[in-house]
Amino acid sequence: MVAQNFRHALFCAFITLIISYPILGLNLEARGVSITLTGAETQTYVGIALAVVIVFLFQLFRPAIMETLGQVKAINPMINREPMPQEKRVKFERFALILIVLGAMFWPFIASRGAVDLATLVLIYIILGLGLNVVVGLAGLLDLGYVAFYAVGAYTFGLLFQYYGFSFWMSLPIGALLAATFGFVLGFPVLRLRGDYLAIVTLGFGEIIRILLNNLTDLTNGPDGIGGIPDPTLFGMEFGRRVKIEGNTSFHEVFNIPYDSAHKVIFLYLITLILAVFTLLVIRRLIRMPVGRSWEALREDEIAARSLGLSRTAVKLSAFTIGAFFAGFAGTIFASKQGFISPESFVFLESAIVLAIVVLGGMGSQLGVILAAIAVTILPELAREFSEYRMLVFGAAMVLMMVWRPQGLLPMTRVHINLKKQEAGVTDHA
Amino acid sequence: MHDVMYFLQQLINGLTVGSAYALIAIGYTMVYGIIGMINFAHGEIYMIGAYVSLIVITGLAVTSPAWIPLVLLVALICAIIVSSSMGWAVERIAYRPVRGQHRLIPLISAIGMSIFLQNYVHLAQGSRNIGFPLLIEGGISLGGSGGGFQANLSYMQLTIFIVTLVCMTGLSLFISRSKTGRACRAVSQDLKMSSLLGIDTNRIIAATFVIGAALAAVAGLLLGMYYGSIDPLFGFIAGLKAFTAAVLGGIGSIPGAMLGGLVLGVAESFTSGYLSGEYKDVVSFGLLILILLFRPTGLLGKPEVEKI
Amino acid sequence: MLEVRDLSMRFGGLLAVDQVSLDVGEREIVSIIGPNGAGKTTVFNCISGFYRPSGGTITFKGRPIQGKPDYKISRMGMVRTFQHVRLFSRMTVVENLLVAQHRHLNTNLFAGLIKTPDYRKREEKSLERAAYWLERVGLMEMANRDAGNLAYGQQRRLEIARCMVTEPEVLMLDEPAAGLNPNETRELNELIVSLKEDYCVSVLLIEHDMSLVMGISDRINVINQGRPLACGTPEEIRTNDDVIKAYLGEE
Repeated sequence: MVAQNFRHALFCAFITLIISYPILGLNLEARGVSITLTGAETQTYVGIALAVVIVFLFQLFRPAIMETLGQVKAINPMINREPMPQEKRVKFERFALILIVLGAMFWPFIASRGAVDLATLVLIYIILGLGLNVVVGLAGLLDLGYVAFYAVGAYTFGLLFQYYGFSFWMSLPIGALLAATFGFVLGFPVLRLRGDYLAIVTLGFGEIIRILLNNLTDLTNGPDGIGGIPDPTLFGMEFGRRVKIEGNTSFHEVFNIPYDSAHKVIFLYLITLILAVFTLLVIRRLIRMPVGRSWEALREDEIAARSLGLSRTAVKLSAFTIGAFFAGFAGTIFASKQGFISPESFVFLESAIVLAIVVLGGMGSQLGVILAAIAVTILPELAREFSEYRMLVFGAAMVLMMVWRPQGLLPMTRVHINLKKQEAGVTDHA
Repeated sequence: MHDVMYFLQQLINGLTVGSAYALIAIGYTMVYGIIGMINFAHGEIYMIGAYVSLIVITGLAVTSPAWIPLVLLVALICAIIVSSSMGWAVERIAYRPVRGQHRLIPLISAIGMSIFLQNYVHLAQGSRNIGFPLLIEGGISLGGSGGGFQANLSYMQLTIFIVTLVCMTGLSLFISRSKTGRACRAVSQDLKMSSLLGIDTNRIIAATFVIGAALAAVAGLLLGMYYGSIDPLFGFIAGLKAFTAAVLGGIGSIPGAMLGGLVLGVAESFTSGYLSGEYKDVVSFGLLILILLFRPTGLLGKPEVEKI
Repeated sequence: MLEVRDLSMRFGGLLAVDQVSLDVGEREIVSIIGPNGAGKTTVFNCISGFYRPSGGTITFKGRPIQGKPDYKISRMGMVRTFQHVRLFSRMTVVENLLVAQHRHLNTNLFAGLIKTPDYRKREEKSLERAAYWLERVGLMEMANRDAGNLAYGQQRRLEIARCMVTEPEVLMLDEPAAGLNPNETRELNELIVSLKEDYCVSVLLIEHDMSLVMGISDRINVINQGRPLACGTPEEIRTNDDVIKAYLGEE
């Protein structure tokens, strides 16, 4: 047993060396036309050696380590505690959500301009996360091309502004509805596919849309993108120093206060906050409605759901369309925030980030998705040196999550329904 | 004459890329055949194969042409070793613990692994694309001495054909003759039954990943050199293409993967040759979608009966 | 009520069901029995629309339904259970019952978002129906538990309750007694009889438990290797030579 363990540990350590040394330890460097091979810094070699030793020791003492870990769980006081009763958990989630929204309302008045700008981005990701959560978490449809609908929303605003001078407020519903229409039309043929095929097909759609945006140069301006997209206005008041669009007035002139570039950032933030809260409430309602229940039923057992009269296509399509709607929503806000859009912003990586948010958040739990969106967006900003490693960590976290807690950090809380006792007689039914 | 030559050239280019796709597709199709999951990180294994071979070629820094075959062989072996180890480790870390769970869980784990590996190479080797020297130069001109356009079969293309052919033959022999190959077939028929009959299914599944990764490494060296440059995203699109090829041929079927690869390669090459290079990805993704919609079992796959 | 004529189902070269016919009248309990692999569940899958039969006709309430999609058949008033219980395990027991009442609810999105009176009324009605059936099958205490956490016998009962809240006219039960202890089987027996007597439901039953089948069936269809072997009252089946041969082998 020990000898076998030792051999296995040696083997694993050796594999670790093989997969880390050539890639990490030998760096290719292009100098003009020629390529040279340079060694890495000493700390990299130390890191590789350390990794090898750790893997070796872990594999060697694996049974013992696992046992100790089991004991750690046993002495953990949390483990023996009864899980929080359902009613309490529902209340806790509601309380936490209200707290977050209240905190978010006061944020712009205490934080710096940059922090408010970042918070706007967080809110956009929250909208995206909540939307994708409907598709992936509730309906169980893995959509890897979610960013396509985000792009539709953003480009709708960009193009409507460029060609017809539409404002943010006119474009917002149009962008969201158009994205939903895209979701509906694309979803119709593909939703009868099995789960993993669906994932790949949506990924293909996402790529096709991006390639089209890149190449339909006459319409979309190709890789150069669309610029000068306006900010939202408040009853026709603009937040810039000078009024850009005829007929509008300027915020600081109307109220006769000195111009402050922070006004614009704060206003955009508050708009986004309102839209995010709107998204949260609408989806929260949907979950508790027949349509939301049928999403989950289909995820849990498609065959049983069909046998009870749920149409597979209709249910999946509704989830897909609603998810796309909110992606379009987020896209319009994004276009307005950035003022400039190009296909670069809508790559697969973006879909992967939103998916990571949903997966880390616990596939279904709205509170989880919100917390995950905050973490995923803010952590790389807090530690600048970390931002390079962001995607590396996301990837590893997704794997870990699936291996360790596929139900997510915060499993979804179920609605508690109080039933009135019914007389179990026969008469009133028949 | 010009038209025929042009057509011939597109066909040659398509078959070249297509046979490399087929090599990568084998990995998808074998893994899918055995445990029914899409190994999303397979494209990254291929990319790592390309990087390792470039590292070895650069490290050996041979200038004399006489040594080139040896350099290539060493690079190939190193790439195979690293990629196979990577394939083994990925299966062990990310897939084995979630095996048998709901379909989406291994898939999300695989996507996580794919993102991780992409960034692993990105951080170690930088995000810029790096030139891959073409060590096999020259070619055969087809179409006689007449003027105008002449189709050209480069030695590089010839190498790709031959290496692919050798790999495929080797694989077929391995699957049909060797003990492990037979066990592979048994496990892909019925995993539970095979394990009851005393087959070490864990070993067989690991072997499948290793074989797939080795073939991907071969493709990495060949396509890296053929395209002339590589970057950390190099595997992502190629992986999708190879997956398309696997689905096209009928996922789970090894001859299907070969056929699918060739068909896809030719379709792409004709798109860039006659339409526009920009749309070749659109065509292959479109093809994938159409196949999945109308014939999800692919060209050579068997239909599946829904179990209730 | 339900008429099946010459039903055939072919998978590739295998003829799983060959020329099976059966009738279920109003307020009748009809059973299908036969050895394992005889094709009983395949017959169920054809009737409930999961498979498209290769041949034959199925008529429900005077309308042909063969080849109709599964969800439409269930909406017409014919629902089924499954050999291996299929619940929505991560949803609560009540939610399982609410999902089943989809067709009785107001599924209009906007009605639900602003909670129109009609929406509220129907939602309330469906909760009442759920409460009624939970009480009826003795699961009231479990209402807010995850369905996956119920004991096996409870899961079986929940599956039947889930069918009943759809207010079906024909209920198809696929081996409902499998895995139940004698006590639970007796309760099941009473429940099925009560469904017929008190709720005017016709029952089509696949079952291996002979005492259950013989005790409650109005008529029994025996299938062997996909082919109909015999059809008649329990008494006739008990004394039928072919059936005895198929079950006990030739002497």
